Amino acid sequence: MDSQLIDWVLAAAQGLLFIAAAPLLAGWLQRVKCHLQNRGAPSVWQPYRNLSKLMGKRMVLAENASWLFRATPYIVFGATLLAAAVVPLVAVHLPTAAIADMIVLVAFFALARFFTALAGLDIGTAFGGMGASREMMVGALAEPAMLMAVFTLSMTANTTNLSVATEYLLHAGLVLRPSFLFALLALAMVAVAESSRVPVDNPATHLELTMLHEAMILEYGGRHLALIEWASQIKLMIYSVFIVDLYFPLGIATDFSAASLAIGVVAVTAKLMLLAVLLVVWETVLAKMRLFRVPQFLGFAFMLSLLGMLTHVVLETGI
Amino acid sequence: MSATIGTPLLLAYGAAVCTLLSGAVSLLAVRRHPDFLHFGSFLFLFCSGAGSIGAGGWTLLANLTVTDRFQLGLPWLDWHLRIDPLSGFFLVLLGTLVVAISLYGPSYTREFGRGKAAQPLPPLGVFTALFVLGMQMMLVADDALVFMIFWEMMSLCGYFLVVYQHQHAANRHAAFLYLLLAHVGALVILLSFGVLAAFGGGLTFDQMRAAKLSPLWATIAFGCAFAGFGTKSGMVPLHVWLPDAHPVAPSHISALMSGAMIKMGIYGIVRLSYDLIGNVRWEWGMVVLIVGTASSLLGVLYALMQHDLKRLLAYHSIENIGIILMGLGLSMIFIGSGHKMLGTLGLVAALYHTINHALFKGLLFLGAGAVLYRTHARDLDQMGGLIHRMPITAFLFLVGCVAISALPPFNGFVSEWLTFQTALQGPALKDGLLRTMIPIAAAMLALTGALAAACFVKAFGIAFLGQPRTRRVARAREVPVGMLAGMGLLALLCLLLGVLPTTMIEAMAPITQLLVHDALPSATAQGWLWLTPISPQVASYSAPFVLVAIILVFGLGRLILKRGAEPTRRADAWDCGFGHLTQRMQYTSTAFSQPIRRVFRGVWKVEEHIETLADAGSIPRVTSLHYSVHTHDWAWLKGYLPIGRTVLAAANRIGFIQTGNIHTYLKFSFVTLLTFLWIVS
Amino acid sequence: MEFASLSLFNQAIILFAALALFMSFIMLAQARMMPLIFTFAWQGLLLTMVSVLVAIASGHPHLHISAAITFCLKVVVIPWLLYRLSAKLNMQYDAEAITHPTLLLLGGVALVIFSYHVSQSIVHLSGLATRNTIAVSMAIELLGMLLMIARKSAVAQVIGFMSMESGIFFAAVVSTYGMPLIVELGLAFDILVASILFGVFFFHLKDSFGSLNVGQFNRLSEANQPMPSPEAAEPAPGERS
Repeated sequence: MDSQLIDWVLAAAQGLLFIAAAPLLAGWLQRVKCHLQNRGAPSVWQPYRNLSKLMGKRMVLAENASWLFRATPYIVFGATLLAAAVVPLVAVHLPTAAIADMIVLVAFFALARFFTALAGLDIGTAFGGMGASREMMVGALAEPAMLMAVFTLSMTANTTNLSVATEYLLHAGLVLRPSFLFALLALAMVAVAESSRVPVDNPATHLELTMLHEAMILEYGGRHLALIEWASQIKLMIYSVFIVDLYFPLGIATDFSAASLAIGVVAVTAKLMLLAVLLVVWETVLAKMRLFRVPQFLGFAFMLSLLGMLTHVVLETGI
Repeated sequence: MSATIGTPLLLAYGAAVCTLLSGAVSLLAVRRHPDFLHFGSFLFLFCSGAGSIGAGGWTLLANLTVTDRFQLGLPWLDWHLRIDPLSGFFLVLLGTLVVAISLYGPSYTREFGRGKAAQPLPPLGVFTALFVLGMQMMLVADDALVFMIFWEMMSLCGYFLVVYQHQHAANRHAAFLYLLLAHVGALVILLSFGVLAAFGGGLTFDQMRAAKLSPLWATIAFGCAFAGFGTKSGMVPLHVWLPDAHPVAPSHISALMSGAMIKMGIYGIVRLSYDLIGNVRWEWGMVVLIVGTASSLLGVLYALMQHDLKRLLAYHSIENIGIILMGLGLSMIFIGSGHKMLGTLGLVAALYHTINHALFKGLLFLGAGAVLYRTHARDLDQMGGLIHRMPITAFLFLVGCVAISALPPFNGFVSEWLTFQTALQGPALKDGLLRTMIPIAAAMLALTGALAAACFVKAFGIAFLGQPRTRRVARAREVPVGMLAGMGLLALLCLLLGVLPTTMIEAMAPITQLLVHDALPSATAQGWLWLTPISPQVASYSAPFVLVAIILVFGLGRLILKRGAEPTRRADAWDCGFGHLTQRMQYTSTAFSQPIRRVFRGVWKVEEHIETLADAGSIPRVTSLHYSVHTHDWAWLKGYLPIGRTVLAAANRIGFIQTGNIHTYLKFSFVTLLTFLWIVS
Repeated sequence: MEFASLSLFNQAIILFAALALFMSFIMLAQARMMPLIFTFAWQGLLLTMVSVLVAIASGHPHLHISAAITFCLKVVVIPWLLYRLSAKLNMQYDAEAITHPTLLLLGGVALVIFSYHVSQSIVHLSGLATRNTIAVSMAIELLGMLLMIARKSAVAQVIGFMSMESGIFFAAVVSTYGMPLIVELGLAFDILVASILFGVFFFHLKDSFGSLNVGQFNRLSEANQPMPSPEAAEPAPGERS
């Protein structure tokens, strides 16, 4: 009974660490990006300052905002939090991992997107509708690609539980699976699209022609906006950790001793920092695509994951 | 059978009698006293629904199989009746919907008796009762004769209900199409029973079960049954009647049709292929899987293009039938290849989705009816902002939307998740083709789910959010409490089935025991909190946890963030500095689905019209612009119209024998008589 | 046979095979000329690497020679020839409009499944650990043909043809450790000649039609009725030369 309690405490601690570290990752990303583009860089703690400033602001709501508009930030944050709880950040085997598997994880994001899009339509502005419509289009194409990539992984590990799959891959060592390569590429592309990064979307823009995600949340302010921004930072972190876990699981703690936990923290920090640099390079060399190139981009991701699945069946399984 | 064990069947009889009484009350009393409809007819309907739930639930929970026979009709043809867990499950489904509409109906039907376009109420009551009776009795039928009699009763009464508002030509057209396809379907089902009866040597289901069929004849029987029942279910490409027929019926009937009637097709498929024919083959599963995948994808893509709310929902029925068929197909593939446990999982997923769809589609149709009741609008582009006017309806409709979009923690997600889990076990199969096809089907299911979410963001967002687009919508009010109760019941069940999947799966164990002789002990092995269909290592999902966590975040977040904060201020929405926003600046449903229309172009036949009116001044200036877009169904254009034309041409060709002259007809009869006599001799 | 239990060499062979298949898909979707040629060169490089790996893993030294030939032809000579040709004809920046790109890719996926299904009956004849790649080589071949059917530009036709040849070569390498050297040399010579012939053919094409769009061949039809659509019929490329 005692060890179970410790497990749960550790799981909660990992979840808290996850959401606490998410703005840091965003800050690091911003900083590297500024350096790479020869701009003056803000401190890595800037996202925390933004969040706390937004939290303290007085709320202003549009005249005809309904209860749905007010409830959405909490639902979005809750869904993202749940998603964060099941992704192994520092250690595998935590009891929260059993709450949801990878398919449910995708569904949590879908839930968040569903409500964000509805909130975009709630006020009745043209921007909100535009953002909702575009986001649902992108989401509708990204989700199957993501699930397909997840299927490829889970068919190999014969589990959809992220924690179990990570452990399986950790023990398998170096195996040159072609299906994993394709699935990794597809996952990366989907992650870029889903966390509204260049070239699909640009989180820094407020131009009507280029907005996707920002258009939906244009009417939000104060603590609502803070929750939504925080949620999207967590989402980016989830995708990063997801990729890191599945492809470079080295260093993640499989038992709960202090030493292995410390190694886990260090390892995941290093890996995330590296991944962020890669993302920044990608964002810097690419330009944002126009909207109707996005389906091709995501169609390509879908093709990749489909190919991953096919190569898994054709090349990697016995006859 | 002793009297105590026979009780579930007695309950079912009681339900049937209540249904009949409900019809009788409508027939006898409602013309003079319209209130009898509410307090008599619907009261009996409520009892009938409750009776169905009782009978079905009892059989299901106690795992009973009870048979009975009546001497009715022809002296050598007894009526055989039987209630077993499978029919019990469908009786519960039917009963739940009947209870919901009996709460909803009294207020809703009041509208038909009012105003200039007043409709006579007795036919509505009578045919509703007979329609329900047909389904109830069909479910307890144990021979082909009884089955077909009540199947036809259901189909025919459905016709009268669709054509209830017969003033509109469109309704008559829809009803005719429905009747035509229902009968083609019934004919094919009859063929299937014919094959079984020929081999079994009798019309009772027991004889059919005992029949030894060669694989070829079994496949023929299955093919006929699948086509026939599939027509009733609305699978692609036999779906064309469905999007026309469901929207034009009164909304509570639409709920009953979409929620219950098309499930009778699923019942038929399951009953025939698993129970009567037996020895399920994986080739059948392949066909079912492909048809299911096509239905779900095309259903949702066509739904996305609709701007009539009820029509949109009708297309989603096709989608969901597709998902159910995918589950069934997977189950057949696994059972046919010798993986009984995985086959059971697929069957559970399919049946779970069947009841889920009945609940949320019923809820959504009732919600659409509530909107229709207050605003008289079915077109999404005339609604908007209803969340302020009808907050409870909006909330309940939202529950339906979230559930049908397969989002946690509601019920639609659980069954889709189970289907995914079944599909992911594809590598267990030997055949390479199957191993590749199954994950692709799963990917299509994922695409379907994501598109469905887009579609319901559109449906809910355009109808209930934003600013009202017409004056009538701006003046709408909340619907009466009875209607809310009907919807609320279904919404509550949507949540319960979403949060307590383990309990539900446990309750469904007798069905799989009956059909596959296997159950899913692993699914519920970890207690009610954890759903683990194969093993906790492979996959797990804890819906109660998800619900609690979201509620906790909601409560704590509000508590922490709101504490000490200044009161919220209301202000105008951001209008880019151009003055006030008007309702015409909002995205319409057509605009909302434009990106998807562009991405998947070619799936529909799209006709776009832009009418521009310009000033003839020195500088031409556009004064008005009208944009309209119509999407047509390829199946209708390329499949049905040519067939229709061919049949018509053939009819014209042989039309020469119809001269109108009585002597000619006499000559025909005479020649026929002579020919037959010659043949006989 | 568990994939993880294979040696790293064999795993790498399978990985490169999958990447070569991926290159075929990229070629199918790539509308612009230059990247198309480069993708072809990449596929050639992957093939070379596979043959080298197979040579090392199996200890068949003659595979080194065929790897060298592949490298020279598929990575250097033919791409360079094609590049020079398209530069000379001033069309290296051309892009052709692919009708229904998504449908084309889905067709490609269907072909992969089909070739997997077909190859299942012959795979067990080979005793090698990498025998599963037979399906991939067959798919590369079929995808080359699909490329030739679906695309209109003459360069794409040539590339499709060459990648079919790559598929055959690949099948030989992975299933039986390569063909006899003499056959391989003959084949290499064949495609070299073919590529030169194609070059000549390009110039004639440009002269006669003013473009390299093989859809223009419809004009060769002597039937009175013009064809309803350019894709409806495509005479064999050899007809004119």
